[in-house]
Amino acid sequence: MQRYLATRLLALIPVLFGILIVVFVLIRLIPGDAVQLFLGTQVELTPEQMAELRRFFGVNKPIHEQFVDYVSRVLRGDFGVSLRTSRPVLPDIMLKLPLSFQLATLALVVAVVIAVPLGIVSAVTRNSAFDVFTRIGGLLGLSMPSFWLGAMLILVFSRYLHVSLGQYEPITRNPLGTLQSLYLPALALGAAIAAILMRYVRSSLLEVLGQEYIRTARGKGLRGGAVMLRHALPNAMIPVITVLGFQMGYLLGGTVVIEEIFALPGMGRHVLHAIFQRDYPVVQGVVLVIALLFVLTNLVVDLLYAWIDPRIRYA
Amino acid sequence: MLGSTRASATLEAPTADAPRPRTGLRWWARRFVRNRVAPIGLAIIVISIVVAALAPVIVPRDVRAMASQASLSPPSRQYFFGTDEFGRDVFSRVLVGSRISLVVAFLSVATALALGTTVGLTAGYYGGWWDATSMRAMDIIFAFPAILLAIAIMAVLGTTLFNLVIAIGIVYTPQFARVARAAALTVRSLEFVDAARALGMGNLRIIGRHLIPNVLAPVIVQVSLSLSLAILSESALSFLGLGTQPPTPSWGNMLSEGRQFLELAPWNAIFPGLAIMLVVLGFNLLGDGLRDLLDPRLR
Repeated sequence: MQRYLATRLLALIPVLFGILIVVFVLIRLIPGDAVQLFLGTQVELTPEQMAELRRFFGVNKPIHEQFVDYVSRVLRGDFGVSLRTSRPVLPDIMLKLPLSFQLATLALVVAVVIAVPLGIVSAVTRNSAFDVFTRIGGLLGLSMPSFWLGAMLILVFSRYLHVSLGQYEPITRNPLGTLQSLYLPALALGAAIAAILMRYVRSSLLEVLGQEYIRTARGKGLRGGAVMLRHALPNAMIPVITVLGFQMGYLLGGTVVIEEIFALPGMGRHVLHAIFQRDYPVVQGVVLVIALLFVLTNLVVDLLYAWIDPRIRYA
Repeated sequence: MLGSTRASATLEAPTADAPRPRTGLRWWARRFVRNRVAPIGLAIIVISIVVAALAPVIVPRDVRAMASQASLSPPSRQYFFGTDEFGRDVFSRVLVGSRISLVVAFLSVATALALGTTVGLTAGYYGGWWDATSMRAMDIIFAFPAILLAIAIMAVLGTTLFNLVIAIGIVYTPQFARVARAAALTVRSLEFVDAARALGMGNLRIIGRHLIPNVLAPVIVQVSLSLSLAILSESALSFLGLGTQPPTPSWGNMLSEGRQFLELAPWNAIFPGLAIMLVVLGFNLLGDGLRDLLDPRLR
């Protein structure tokens, strides 16, 4: 397992380096002068003053030197300064991160809670009315835009059920309040994942149920429930974990849209606000943090997968 | 066993009741029709394309015509899907909005298809340093959540239709590259490719004649599934104000405008969302059906 961990960590280095290149290049693609962007359109400076500012920001250096500077600053935790608030970018992102992470995690929980039982029952009752109904529901869930579902949930809960969502409260202050403000956004975000996951659980379980060792277990006289719990489910869940890991990226990206519709003050809204204010260091910082989170989540899932299924780490 | 059956079949003279070969357009058409979901998906897509193409002719009202006296009217015989805050006909706007969504989806998936399959095919066929570097580049694009990367690209490049196509196209390129590479890796080691090389066929001709036809099946499935994701991405970007810009109607920006009057006039948000869902469902059904049809493991 340690060798597998070392291999995976080594493989991570070029990806992390690539992420830094993409995020660095992205901001260099902005049309116009970076210093003029910082100043806005109201301020006019002499060419000498502009040159001095370029030297101050380091944008007069060759591009490779700028990249080395950028990487060394990122490694020291310096993600730059907001063009609008003049505050360091990273501390502000870290303030918004918990909400987005809690939302993505809760959405994942919602997806698992919906998908796993439905997928199991659907597989066990293959081609029954329930199975057909669940599969159609899954396809609809997969085709539904999360932000539309969010809007519909707000409509139903506020207009018809008269349920107020409540303002977001940090989990450290009021865990119940956090849950109250996040359960609907999590449902909107997790619905598509639930649909994907349900299909995987169903097909994975059907594949396992057709294996010979299941027939052997049944032949030995084991009851249906015992065969399912001891033999079928643990094996069927292995590929499902990988699918779950892949979906974390969708969830982290999806928070941007969902936070906007539910007016949640997380990283997603922070980056949108920054985009419309042309505050590019903040945009750069949030994109970098989310990509790093995604890569780390995938690493954890890979390790979990190898821990559960020894064939992976010895392959 | 299968090989010997095929060999003996070629030696025997064909008889009237001999099974027809499992190829040909008619055989595929019959299998396609027998598939329960693919024809429904295809029907939804064809109808959507026809509606989008004819939208300017068939819409009952001008999509920009405002009627302040009819502002936020509920669905009625006069306005099938009601009106928005400016009194514009939501039904007409949904029909015209389909043009942007479908055009952006098709163009961006065509971009991803061209870039991704070129990279994937050449990486799988040539291998070596090109395979290693190009596929690492694809891994790096994959390391960003798709919608976030599209948002970042749009934020940097600006909200034009061309940039929208490029942003969504780039985001879905790695999927095509991976699918094409995996298929190319399988095909390049087969005997007929060795035979073509031994006959003096050049690399480009081998890729064109032998690799491309053999990677078509998984790529076609990927096209259908990517189209559904591209429509969702376009509508999400437009919803956030980073895609199609008002007053040009697109399903995403209609939803964004409609949500401001969610309690007062929910039809403004309901119908564009249903339209997105229907078309995405069409592509998902077609993709699922084609996967069942084209995946040789399931045949």
